[in-house]
Amino acid sequence: MTPRRGAVMVPLMLWGYALVAMIPLFVMVLGSLRPTQDLFNDPIGLPNKLYLSNYTRAWTEASFSTYVLNSVVVVTGAVILGAAVSVLAAYPLGRRKFTGRGFFIGYFISGMTLPGHFGVLPLFYLLDGLNLVDSRLGLMLVYAAGSVPFNVFVLSAFFRQLPGELDEAAALDGAGPFATFRHIMLPLVRPAIATVVVFQFVPLWNDFFYPLVLLRDESKLTIPVGLTHFFGRFQNDWGTLFAGLVMTTLPLVILFGIATRQIVAGLTAGMNR
Amino acid sequence: MAQAPVTTRGRGGRAGTWYLFLVPALLLYSLFVVYPLLTGLSYSVFSWKGTVRDAFVGVDNYVGLFTNEAFRSKLLPALGHNLALFAGTMLVQNTMGLAFALAFSRARRGKRALQIIFATPYLVNPLVIGYLWTLLLSPTFGPANTLLRAIGPDELAKPWLGDPSTALPMVILITTWQWVGFPMLLFSAAIGGIPAEYAEAARVDGASSWRVFWHITLPLLRPAIGTITVLSFIGSMNTFALVYALGGSSGGPAGSTDVLGLLFYRAAFASGDINAVGTASALAVFLFTFIFGTTILLNRILRQGEEAM
Repeated sequence: MTPRRGAVMVPLMLWGYALVAMIPLFVMVLGSLRPTQDLFNDPIGLPNKLYLSNYTRAWTEASFSTYVLNSVVVVTGAVILGAAVSVLAAYPLGRRKFTGRGFFIGYFISGMTLPGHFGVLPLFYLLDGLNLVDSRLGLMLVYAAGSVPFNVFVLSAFFRQLPGELDEAAALDGAGPFATFRHIMLPLVRPAIATVVVFQFVPLWNDFFYPLVLLRDESKLTIPVGLTHFFGRFQNDWGTLFAGLVMTTLPLVILFGIATRQIVAGLTAGMNR
Repeated sequence: MAQAPVTTRGRGGRAGTWYLFLVPALLLYSLFVVYPLLTGLSYSVFSWKGTVRDAFVGVDNYVGLFTNEAFRSKLLPALGHNLALFAGTMLVQNTMGLAFALAFSRARRGKRALQIIFATPYLVNPLVIGYLWTLLLSPTFGPANTLLRAIGPDELAKPWLGDPSTALPMVILITTWQWVGFPMLLFSAAIGGIPAEYAEAARVDGASSWRVFWHITLPLLRPAIGTITVLSFIGSMNTFALVYALGGSSGGPAGSTDVLGLLFYRAAFASGDINAVGTASALAVFLFTFIFGTTILLNRILRQGEEAM
């Protein structure tokens, strides 16, 4: 290829693929703003006026309001609980020497390579015994537990980087371990906590497998399984279907908009292993 | 070590305190992650009557996966589809990712914006992507087929996802559409790390662009190719939500997109078999060993290749 021809072809190819990447997502958004009859009459078209009924229908009739509320409660609860127990454990693991420290670090971190899905049958019976099948609390506990390995890994690395004199000074002033942790350490690791909270939020918001297995009752479903029921019930109402897809995607787009830094920090924390 | 004094005190009077900090995380993680994984192993060596554990049967459940004709006739095609997905991902998605990364290494304007656009579908829930493409590719009102009818011969407009012969290739293309940004970014980073003098020196010696790519760039990308190969393998083996959205829990049409994840889900929760727990547990252990073992093997082969250079 001569340099001149390449200078034209390469940008053309790149912008061409950019269209391929974006058009389906545009079609999804545009389709959600058109009445279904319009979509059937003219599959490739633009909305001619602001039409939001698809959204109101998906929100109320298709119980998206319930799914979204459940997802928000379960996922928020899980990331907070997961971060809370992990930050407690990460403090001594990252900064203190005590018998068994190496073992506990290995025990927690090994969870990062284990695919939890393979334990789903025993997990199901365990939760059944605890009366936590078909329960939002049960799903939340499973998610929080699954987030522990990554959280401990990132947070203990963060604790390790803090200057050593800090706890020393607190101890000289007579502060006990819990007071030192709460008043000196916790405020300093806040950025790292934000990183693990945001980073865990995305996969849990999207998770489909655990709620598929663990939840039954329509009123308890989180968005992903709710979406599969919704697609069955509204299969002929395309406008509403598109609106449901947009509503599932939007919270993550907003999250990425406001927290790109935390997400990138989480990604690189995982890579520099 | 600045920490030394604190350490001594901790070891002296209050070592037990540090265990208290660990207790909540230990409880949660051991109960809901470690215990189920370990128990799964024991489940697989017993026969089951519904949810009641019956007799110890050793490896019978494992043998059954391959000798029970009803099960084997599902297992082998599903495994084949996962491997086809892996091959397709390597050939289509990762080759495209490399081509894009090479193109970006020369592009001057709009590089950052384009890279973000390419990676955008990766942020969308696989379930949403599956349903979105079901609508786009619908034979009746799907925009894709309307477009194909408008620009080409009518034979192009067909139920791409409804035809068993084209459904799996479509899964590969949709997966590519979602993930291509990932190899692109990894390859871009790797290409950025190659000193420009290497290629310049070769060009001065009269090497064509193709030869520079083949003899200089590509060999230097080996570590990146290795990483992407391993991640693609794990991703292809674990695919679930996308195929569920495209073809339902039985991998339709006619099982042409059935994969191991769906098969495991059905074996565990929707088979009606009296020994479902035993069979599904054996399948889980087998899959875990297969995926984990192959990953380690792939890693070793790719590393050896690097050292041989």
